[in-house]
Amino acid sequence: MSLESFVQTLVFGVFVGGIYGIAAMGLALVFGVLKIMNIAHGELLMLGGYVSFWVFTTWGMDPFVSLLVTIPVLFLIGLLLDRVVYRHIVTLHGEEKIKNSMLVSFGLTLVIQNLAQWGFTADERAIQVAYTGTGLNLLGVTLPYTRLGSFAVAIAVTLLLHMFLRRTYYGKAILATAEDWEAAELTGINIHRIYMMTFALGASLAAIAGTFVTITYGISPSVGIIWTLKALVVVVLAGTGSILGAFPAGILLGVVEAISGAFIGSTYREVIGLVIFVLVLILRPQGLFARK
Amino acid sequence: MTNNPIQPVKSSSQPATRLILRWLTPLGFILLILFAIIYPQQVNKQGIWNLFFLICLHITMSQSWNILAGFAGQSSLGHAAFFGIGALVTRTLWLGGTPFPFAFILGGLAAIVFGMLIGAPTFRLRGAYFAIGTLGVAEVLRITVSQNIPFISTMPGPLIASYDLLPRYYLALGLAVAATGTAYLLLRSPWGLGILAVREDEEAAQATGVHVLRHKLLALVLSSFFAGLAGGVFAFQQISYYPSAPFSPLWTFDALLITFIGGLGTITGPVIGAIFFILVRQQLATALVEIHQVVFGVFFIIIVLVFPGGLVEAWNRLRNIRWIKKPSS
Repeated sequence: MSLESFVQTLVFGVFVGGIYGIAAMGLALVFGVLKIMNIAHGELLMLGGYVSFWVFTTWGMDPFVSLLVTIPVLFLIGLLLDRVVYRHIVTLHGEEKIKNSMLVSFGLTLVIQNLAQWGFTADERAIQVAYTGTGLNLLGVTLPYTRLGSFAVAIAVTLLLHMFLRRTYYGKAILATAEDWEAAELTGINIHRIYMMTFALGASLAAIAGTFVTITYGISPSVGIIWTLKALVVVVLAGTGSILGAFPAGILLGVVEAISGAFIGSTYREVIGLVIFVLVLILRPQGLFARK
Repeated sequence: MTNNPIQPVKSSSQPATRLILRWLTPLGFILLILFAIIYPQQVNKQGIWNLFFLICLHITMSQSWNILAGFAGQSSLGHAAFFGIGALVTRTLWLGGTPFPFAFILGGLAAIVFGMLIGAPTFRLRGAYFAIGTLGVAEVLRITVSQNIPFISTMPGPLIASYDLLPRYYLALGLAVAATGTAYLLLRSPWGLGILAVREDEEAAQATGVHVLRHKLLALVLSSFFAGLAGGVFAFQQISYYPSAPFSPLWTFDALLITFIGGLGTITGPVIGAIFFILVRQQLATALVEIHQVVFGVFFIIIVLVFPGGLVEAWNRLRNIRWIKKPSS
């Protein structure tokens, strides 16, 4: 493998990892605050991808601009899901809560996937903008504009989320609830509103990731579970308590997948995530970026 | 599990009714097995055989899921992985010339190996790791198999010519009976009590000298073995299918749904649930082709949220209501 193609592989890995990171951050946020494991996260991502696809095809809106529509739509879907389904789970305790949340969201996965198949057909849809296929050429390494743009937005979103969680009242309330919901409630934080907002925020992050997926690969009703899995691996890699650590962990997974995929053949690249998952659990179960 | 405060009333009832209720379940089982053996021979219809075959396959899958999730408290979200591995190994070896019984057993053993690969690292930790790991194994295998073996696996001509569904159905029936019997015997063994103790409270179980990891692994071995064998039966019965089809998350979901319909952690639950589920699905799939899975998904969510005991608990409650009405002298 020449140096150029190696660097190219590396760069693509980083770009893909940015999508993993955003997808995983939403999952980690919901897990960290509500203490529920939302297996349906990838389905929210898939819905987000479809929203941006339809906004693009009906109004011709640039996919990056369409985020202004996609994010609020998924935010509302998130509020609705929290209200209808997850509110009944967050009142449970400990292990029971995690277990039931996984079972219920696994069922939800099936519901959303089949509804999408019914409503949008099983065809794969992709967004083709004027600048698809073109890119920046840097010393023989191509940086496609769509991926470059996605990565830039991903970094911006991560920084914004960081500012939101550390600097604003609402963000601090979310972190406080994540740390100890009983103490948070005693200080006068309305934790049910925090839960609802956090879940909707997680859905919005899924919407952003979904838009990137539609631009980069294309979307179909069955992709949800694959992205859930990537996000889960990244969350375990980062450490289940670490929300912002999910972004670097996502990039790490993207790079490792890209490089090993180039060596062992792309048909076996899915196995890498699983190997990483098992290795992390054996060697460092608290995750790479955990604070403890 | 059901620590119902009104249960002591039971003892004041008449002994005759009590005797009937005591033997109701075993008697029901025996009648059910006899019916399952004799009826298909009498009707001689492919449609009926297929229906009975599916019921038996799903009983095995849900008993297998129930041993792990209902008894040991470890929810697997990737039971399709064990099913798929069993199917893949059995089919490959069998069509490759190995006698079927060997291929069948090896399929089950291969499923155990994959179960161990995920179970050994994740069972040491608390939380969602085992569920994530099993979900991961199932999806990764589904994608990897569909990318590397994208063509349909079809039985060779001579096999199709001599194809007979009935013995395949009896194999599935035997497996369903074996899985149910194993679950029954397990619950009545000291190992089973240990497994239940682990489910209720790991620390307390550890404190009383129960080796937590070993008991979880035992449940996993039994569970993955039966799921793998079920996959083997599937591979033996299907004339042609995509090798990635048995890895579909639907196999996991069906087992989950059936167990919850019937009653999590019970032995009768998966049996009743499977019969109910397959019969309803038969009707629903023709009435609502596109969205019958949506109906099942919503149904499952409601059961888990509102009525986690399933049909078995509903029946027990009904029985208890009757007891209260009896005048206690």
